[in-house]
Amino acid sequence: MLGPAPGPPAAHVPYAGESSVPGAAGHKFDVPVDGPAKHTNDPYVTGTSVLGIKYKDGVLIAADTLASYGSTIRYKSIERLHKVNDHTLLGASGEISDYQYISNLLEELATDDFNHDDGLQLNPKEIYAYLTRVLYNRRNKFDPLWNSLVIGGVKNGKSFLGVVGMIGAAYEDDHVATGFGNHLARPIFRSEHRPDMTEDEGVALLEKCLRVLYYRDKQSINKVQVAKVTEKGIEISRPYALASEWSYQAFVDPTKGAEGSW
Amino acid sequence: MDKGPHGHVERPSWSPYDNNGGTAVAVAGEDYCVIAADTRMSTGFSILTRDHTKLFKVSDKCVLASAGFQADAKTLQKTLDARHQQYQHKHNKEISCPAMAQLLSNTLYYKRFFPYYTFNLLGGLDNEGKGCVYTYDAIGSYERTGYSCQGSGQQLVMPVLDNQLKSASPLVLPAVSSATPLSEAEAMDLIKDTFASAGERDIYTGDAVEIIIINRKGIRKEVLPLKKD
Repeated sequence: MLGPAPGPPAAHVPYAGESSVPGAAGHKFDVPVDGPAKHTNDPYVTGTSVLGIKYKDGVLIAADTLASYGSTIRYKSIERLHKVNDHTLLGASGEISDYQYISNLLEELATDDFNHDDGLQLNPKEIYAYLTRVLYNRRNKFDPLWNSLVIGGVKNGKSFLGVVGMIGAAYEDDHVATGFGNHLARPIFRSEHRPDMTEDEGVALLEKCLRVLYYRDKQSINKVQVAKVTEKGIEISRPYALASEWSYQAFVDPTKGAEGSW
Repeated sequence: MDKGPHGHVERPSWSPYDNNGGTAVAVAGEDYCVIAADTRMSTGFSILTRDHTKLFKVSDKCVLASAGFQADAKTLQKTLDARHQQYQHKHNKEISCPAMAQLLSNTLYYKRFFPYYTFNLLGGLDNEGKGCVYTYDAIGSYERTGYSCQGSGQQLVMPVLDNQLKSASPLVLPAVSSATPLSEAEAMDLIKDTFASAGERDIYTGDAVEIIIINRKGIRKEVLPLKKD
């Protein structure tokens, strides 16, 4: 017997671009309506370490302005410090597009606060708790936001400083750092940081750590920003360059004294 | 992307789990319960912070200690706290420790096929005012005991507790009390020693230990510094 085997007709699977009007133009693309779920299974454009410390009047957070594409220096003026509201600051390392998405979420929250017109704003700890849940819920969907976030702020005389990782693990401390900063900056923090530092001392400590990171983290540059959160509000510096020194003999002639080396 | 040492392009990967370490110990007596956990939070060979509490006060008669993955532990605490809030609205009283023990088991088993990577101890006083310790695995199996420990220092601490506190089999007839014969002060000393010892050999245990003591007078907390290395 010719023709299809007897039995119920195969269910018709609609395709995107397929018209419901018979004979109309636009017939059957090969793309299913519900394509495979898209997940960020690896990061593309990324920012490196963010550093944060508490000091006498509040919190200082620092980061460089590089967005890398793998090991390519792709964008050199991406600002990774974000003012959430009058007393909360966010610093982001990791996937830049995910950070921009998170910024949008926080912008919506801040707008809602503004529309209430009662002068109230979410406090730093609430922003931190919110971001913890956002990142944890995305990891539960196996579609993580590929970021480590530093949240700093001051409210009612209390300083806050915390980190949230890409799978939702979070902690608070007097000094924090993401990524390479955990290995290179935090040991320096542990020996030199005090919570009662002045602003000048704090900025000097952060610049020292950023410089160490610049020398050893190939995904960093010496163009940086430092932000300050105090009871009075938030100030984010313009990007500025850190001085570096490459004329050491060991840099100029690294194989001198190593007989037989080329 | 970089070519890795094996010649092909290596991309970053991720796991939904991490082990943030930590050890919890609990000892119950006839009229008290002592429950303790260190405050170190680690990932791999890095210490993230030296001051992160693993203890969660459910009520005045019930405390939860959770080691393992911090984000899961935090979620578990928030879930139990919300359930406890509902319980109080419904019944106009705080939940008993044995009831919370069953709720914790159910909450863990609810995520049987994407588990909370947490290792829990629940300590407190039962309905008769007797000390109780409940010990769990990550997917909700649990047992009432007189003493237990969980987390990264478990292998180091458990034999010491067994040696000092050997308890009667729960199968023996007539039933023997699960509580240990120690006084509250003796239990405190034992727990401090176990943390000092675990901190010597387990890199995930250290910095400080928080100890919560629950007895008929109420609930109080002590903090003992540990070595930071």
